[in-house]
Amino acid sequence: MAQHHDHGHGHDHDHHEEHEQLKVLGFWIFVVTDCVLFGTLFATYAVMMNSFAGGPTGQELFQLPGVIASTFILLTSSFTSGLAVLAMNKGNVKQLIAWLAVTGLLGLSFVVLEVTEFMHLMSEGATMATSGYWSAFYTLVGTHGLHVTLGLFWMTALIMQLKRRGISAVTRRKITNFSLYWHFLDVVWIFLFTVVYLMGVM
Amino acid sequence: MWENIKDFASTFFVTGDPLIYGADVSIVLSMVAIVFVLTKYKKWGWLWREWLTTVDHKRIGIMYLIASLLMLFRGGVDALLMRLQLAFPNVEFLNSDHYNAIFTTHGTIMILFMAMPMMFALFNMVVPLQLGARDVAYPFLNALSFWLFMLGAMLFNISFVIGGSPDAGWLSYPPLSQNEFSPGPGQNFYIWGIQISGIGSLATGINFIVTILKMRAPGMKLYKMPLFSWSVLSSCIMIIFAFPILTVTLALLFLDRFAGAHFFTMDGGGNPMMYLNLIWMWGHPEVYIVVVPAFGIFSEIVATFARKTIFGYKSMVWAMMVIAIASFFTWAHHFFTMGTSASVIAFFAISTMIIGIPTGVKVFNWLFTMYRGRISFQQPMLWTIAFIPCFVIGGATGVMLAVAPADYQYHNSYFLVAHFHQVLIGGVVFGYLAGIYYWWPKLFGFKLDEKLGKWGFWFWNIGFYVCFMPQYALGFMGMTRRYYTYGWDRGWADMNLVSTVGAFMMGIGFIFQVWQIAYSIKHGERDTTGDPWNGRTLEWSIPSPAPFYNFAVVPEVKEADDWWATKQAKANGTYKEQPAKLEPIHMPKNSGIPFIMANFWFLVGFGFTFGWVWMAVIGFIGVFACMWARSFQYDTDYYVPVEEVRRTEASLGRVV
Repeated sequence: MAQHHDHGHGHDHDHHEEHEQLKVLGFWIFVVTDCVLFGTLFATYAVMMNSFAGGPTGQELFQLPGVIASTFILLTSSFTSGLAVLAMNKGNVKQLIAWLAVTGLLGLSFVVLEVTEFMHLMSEGATMATSGYWSAFYTLVGTHGLHVTLGLFWMTALIMQLKRRGISAVTRRKITNFSLYWHFLDVVWIFLFTVVYLMGVM
Repeated sequence: MWENIKDFASTFFVTGDPLIYGADVSIVLSMVAIVFVLTKYKKWGWLWREWLTTVDHKRIGIMYLIASLLMLFRGGVDALLMRLQLAFPNVEFLNSDHYNAIFTTHGTIMILFMAMPMMFALFNMVVPLQLGARDVAYPFLNALSFWLFMLGAMLFNISFVIGGSPDAGWLSYPPLSQNEFSPGPGQNFYIWGIQISGIGSLATGINFIVTILKMRAPGMKLYKMPLFSWSVLSSCIMIIFAFPILTVTLALLFLDRFAGAHFFTMDGGGNPMMYLNLIWMWGHPEVYIVVVPAFGIFSEIVATFARKTIFGYKSMVWAMMVIAIASFFTWAHHFFTMGTSASVIAFFAISTMIIGIPTGVKVFNWLFTMYRGRISFQQPMLWTIAFIPCFVIGGATGVMLAVAPADYQYHNSYFLVAHFHQVLIGGVVFGYLAGIYYWWPKLFGFKLDEKLGKWGFWFWNIGFYVCFMPQYALGFMGMTRRYYTYGWDRGWADMNLVSTVGAFMMGIGFIFQVWQIAYSIKHGERDTTGDPWNGRTLEWSIPSPAPFYNFAVVPEVKEADDWWATKQAKANGTYKEQPAKLEPIHMPKNSGIPFIMANFWFLVGFGFTFGWVWMAVIGFIGVFACMWARSFQYDTDYYVPVEEVRRTEASLGRVV
């Protein structure tokens, strides 16, 4: 690669558009791999479902009201991220940023609620090292929470880029991927809520 | 103070073995030599600009290739040390701990740090050229994949001089791999070395799926795509479903060791068998991940050197896809002796045997392609022809192992060891070597010397049978794997000695190949045509070595084996020259972020290995900062002007 002549970017718009489409497809495939990752964690949880080793059970410790609240918060945030995409399609940057910010705040409250729940559980004597069940619980729920947290940082970066650059082929692709990611986390949470919490207190 | 340092150093560095001290000295010397040469010839900038920051798939392929050959050397030395120890009864060359460490690193390195990168080398060197593309779908991610692999491999490899090697087997079954029985950092090196490079492999899987689905030259329908690219697609589909399982499995094992979790422990509700299931849900597809691209290579080579269209193209494609799916339903055959119900065992026995059907289809297709062809026995074809009987025997013994009741006899015996070496060496290694000989001229512009290559070929081949045929017999004689020594009274001495002789013959074969490469750099036959084998697919239509943008003009594809059809048409005089119109070429810019980010991952791994959380935190912050920085980069590509393309083509002897 001898010389790199920079040519500016104006002159091949189709090429860029095509390239951004390529990245959306790649992100879909990434989501597939993330599905497999969560699937493995769910399978692990299923195997460990009754491995309490004499320690506390989920039924004894779960406080459903808090979990139901965070479920609704996350569902709402998925809805608002959808509104953000609609705003983007209308070409309205301000609205887009506003809905993203709302999504972010909802996501943040979800994470805070989860951390509070974990602290409560640990104070009741259910830690990672208590039993196979709690190891699987913290790993599954925690991996989801970590995904949401990373999503918050990602969203922050995207808001900053939108402020600087507005809606372009590149930022449009980034928002598309982000909202895909966010909806995906929502779907995972539905399964998580059902399998871990509802079946846990049954 | 001094005492503290001495204390630290004596646990931090591996001490007490003259072999290790020898390795220490040679590592330090070679590092000094590298730094000296780079400084003396002022090559640091060159190294950074041309290699460490490159996003060119061909250069990334070359780096994968170099790394995999180094790893083949390391894994091979491990193998020879083991064979020396087992050559005679009661040898006191390695003690049992050392032997455990060596069979562990041998297996891990050969699969994850030799076979995988050699496979990725071939993906990178060939796929975009075969598809008529300028690069892969995500060149930046491709570079990141390479550096994650490289730093993961380095992390794993330094364990033998720092901290101590893992020694719980190549798949590290708990409870042996738990803190209780493997307290040192060795096992952590294993977890993090593989974890880091595994993330890279996953990204490569995504990258090549998109490349193959979306970046083919106009006119190249999927059913006109060369079979090697099909095999890469099949392999990558397996990668994206298998590697997340590996990521989770290693993470859980790490949590057991680091956070006191109870996934695979004997107490606290843990279940060690769950680890076996999880690791083999990745591990079984993994062996197909590495062997299917070898099938693709053989398909290309057989067609080229028999001068015939491949027999049964569509059945080849479907066979690979069936293998990709079926590979996920065979994992439990690795532990028939676990004691599940008869119906589970029956399911996995039958699913394992079913894999033999598509594989058999492929073997027959290769044979029918050769039938009545004008075969020329050049190096790539030699390895292909050697592969077929070798793989058929390996496959047949595989079916024997799949017979569950009989497996209670074979399980973990040398019969098994011989079987999987036969499919992995006879299938994967022969295949990749064939591919390297075949595509070498395209990457480097010269052929590898025939005469030295034939010496290497025969040493490898004869050595292979001398080494592994006795091991089938040893298995029947009751020798199980992982014995570090045995007595005269067992009656295993003769066969073991023969086997060791064979192993050293393969070692000599490897030396011939290294010599061959060194010799050919100076004296190898130059490839001035770009088409040294009279090839059939698009990569042979461009000059060798390929220019960095690959194709000056993106080709229009009309048929499968398009380049062959073009050449035929030219010979018949029916070829219509289309006026080539050069346009500026859109290319990605180099980036240092992949290299830097992988180094931070190394810090993460190293920190967790020694339980230094602060270091891991620094690493994570660094990784995160790199991702953040990349997200804000918008100026990531550029255009190569027509004039430069014209100049480059002219310097390669082509007029456009």
